[in-house]
Amino acid sequence: MSKSTMSVPVKRRVFLGATSIIALIAMAPAAMAQTQTIKIGYVTPQTGPLAAFAEADDFVIKQVQDTLANSLETAGGPVNVEIIVRDSQSNPNRAAEVARQLIVSDEVQLIVVASTPETTNPVSAQCEIEGIPCISTAAPWQPWFIERQANPGDPATWESFDYTYHFFWGLEDVIATYQGMWNQLDTNKQVGGLFPNDADGNAWGNPEVGLPPALKAGGYTITDPGRYQNLSDDFTAQIDAFKAANADIVTGVVIPPDLTTFWTQANQQGYKPKIASIAKAILFPVAVEGLGPIANNLSTEVWWSASHPFTSSLNGQSAGELAGGYSEATGRPWTQPVGFIHALFEVAVDSIKRAEDPFDPDALAEAIAATNLDTIVGHIEFGAEGLPPVVAANVSKTPLVGGQWRYQDDGSFELVIVENAAHPEIPLGGTMEAIE
Amino acid sequence: MDYLNTIVQGVLLGGLYALYAAGLSLIFGVMRLINLAHGDLIVLAAFVLLAMVSALGLPLPVALLILLPFAFALGWGLQRFLLNRTLGDDILLPLLVTFGLQILIQNGLLVAFSADSRKLSLGALETQSVNLLGLSVGLVPLITFAVAVVVLGALSYIFYGTGLGRRLRATSDSTEVVQLMGVNPRVIFAIAMGISFVVLTIAAFFMGVRSNFDPSVGPARLLYAFEAVVIGGLGSLWGTLAGGIILGVAQAIGARINPEWQILAGHLVFLVFIIVRPRGLFPKQ
Repeated sequence: MSKSTMSVPVKRRVFLGATSIIALIAMAPAAMAQTQTIKIGYVTPQTGPLAAFAEADDFVIKQVQDTLANSLETAGGPVNVEIIVRDSQSNPNRAAEVARQLIVSDEVQLIVVASTPETTNPVSAQCEIEGIPCISTAAPWQPWFIERQANPGDPATWESFDYTYHFFWGLEDVIATYQGMWNQLDTNKQVGGLFPNDADGNAWGNPEVGLPPALKAGGYTITDPGRYQNLSDDFTAQIDAFKAANADIVTGVVIPPDLTTFWTQANQQGYKPKIASIAKAILFPVAVEGLGPIANNLSTEVWWSASHPFTSSLNGQSAGELAGGYSEATGRPWTQPVGFIHALFEVAVDSIKRAEDPFDPDALAEAIAATNLDTIVGHIEFGAEGLPPVVAANVSKTPLVGGQWRYQDDGSFELVIVENAAHPEIPLGGTMEAIE
Repeated sequence: MDYLNTIVQGVLLGGLYALYAAGLSLIFGVMRLINLAHGDLIVLAAFVLLAMVSALGLPLPVALLILLPFAFALGWGLQRFLLNRTLGDDILLPLLVTFGLQILIQNGLLVAFSADSRKLSLGALETQSVNLLGLSVGLVPLITFAVAVVVLGALSYIFYGTGLGRRLRATSDSTEVVQLMGVNPRVIFAIAMGISFVVLTIAAFFMGVRSNFDPSVGPARLLYAFEAVVIGGLGSLWGTLAGGIILGVAQAIGARINPEWQILAGHLVFLVFIIVRPRGLFPKQ
């Protein structure tokens, strides 16, 4: 009896002691959190039709977090880094909404965004309005810069942005790359154009500033039957028009299902151009694998590959090592966005490091503007030559080359770089071959 | 010559639209149920075929034959255990349930198969063609059209030549009266949904061979199926084929004038039918 009455206070003391230890442990992170946390918001189309662009997100973000160990040395001492990811659901309205949430509710210091104008533009617009620095990529600079202007049609009225920055290539690079590929083969210089009725199709097919006038300058004649709706089930009209024009070359900016329908029908109806240079649809290996052997020697623009001679400023990996690491971690072939999403965080981390005060939006924007960095996708520097100064203030161009998908014996495809006139530092993997 | 090609290709495309629409038409004819998830179910079936081909290494046509009985069972179960509970005086309830089903299927496919644009492959057959009237006509579109005719013929036979068809038609006419004759309409409904699933699985096969699909393309397929059903006459099987062909040819001719008119031309023809002949070409008496 006395034993048991004795035991009560002992237990109680033990209990109290344990509680205070637990309390101490629990408070420790709170004490560590005195180090400030810088929050980076990342808007990306993880679901919906654009989701293929976002496939590398998890891999890249994990890589960045591992490299930084969540801590970063800045002008004001070490800070913790938190990356907050928000899904745009491939929807521009949703992209704008989550960008606002990131700014207002999560109070992020910086937003990064990638993958087509449908994602980059609404997010950049929100950031510019709210005065939050934003870095974007993976959309040609024309739709990103020009379509956000008050008067897109009049270059004299264009104005630079204060908080939003972008790195990628432009339509002029695609035009040069495509012609570089076409000039390697002997053709009749007749080109058939497939331009859908969407933002990309209208920009590329624009008779004033799109592909047609530029191709004419290069000695090519383009047959453009008109804008079609995405997800068309029948391309007989276009095939007949290209046949009538005897077009040796087909080009366009096409979504994957439409390329499959078009290319299968063209084969069925006996239309065989020598060259098919298609943007957008065959960026990803899974799309050409779906087409099978008839996709052999289809050509496309290449923004990044495992053989690009660049290294990461973040972890020193080469392009080949990054691509290999991605394939190993996910069991899937590397895709072009892997490099660009990685580079996006390279620029973000580099800017935070250099900023006088990364918690001050103006100081951070200033640091982004002063970026001068060799990344996994090439050199990124704003204000460089090659663009109108008003554009160059916000846009840095990355190299673009041309490639062909080559069918392998095991049924897979390899992207071989066949055109590098503008960027000879990127090695060729072969020369242009005609479609058989 | 070019116009002949346009029309032939349009007719062949119509066969595919009729396949999309046949299952929808059947369900509407028998139980006045509009299945909003029809397009997504087609995409689901296409992904299942893809998984069977890639995981089990089966040839695609064999995978289709194996899948058909399971499709029937799934349709039967869906009707028996879910949709039958929603049937009643309120036509909104089954509509909402199929709408919910649509969201479930789309997001489920996204989780299981990612947003990649995929395709079913028939190998070299896909690009082969035959010479018809001096036109180069793809073998696969030709087979698609032939299968559409066979499927609708078979459905017609089931409806008008068998005892089951008699019960289906009787249930369609009056669910009250058939019960007096000892027919359980709920069983009939489940069988009808099973048949509809078989047809939509066949449609999935040809959709997947013709073009890419990803989890988000279902609603686009549903739209054409709807239009074909309405043009042909609600619940009429051969009318569905006619509706599909009219839609296909209208689109092909529209595209010939200008590709901008391709989809619009189909919708305009649909609109004209709604105004001039709201009950369609072959309305049920």
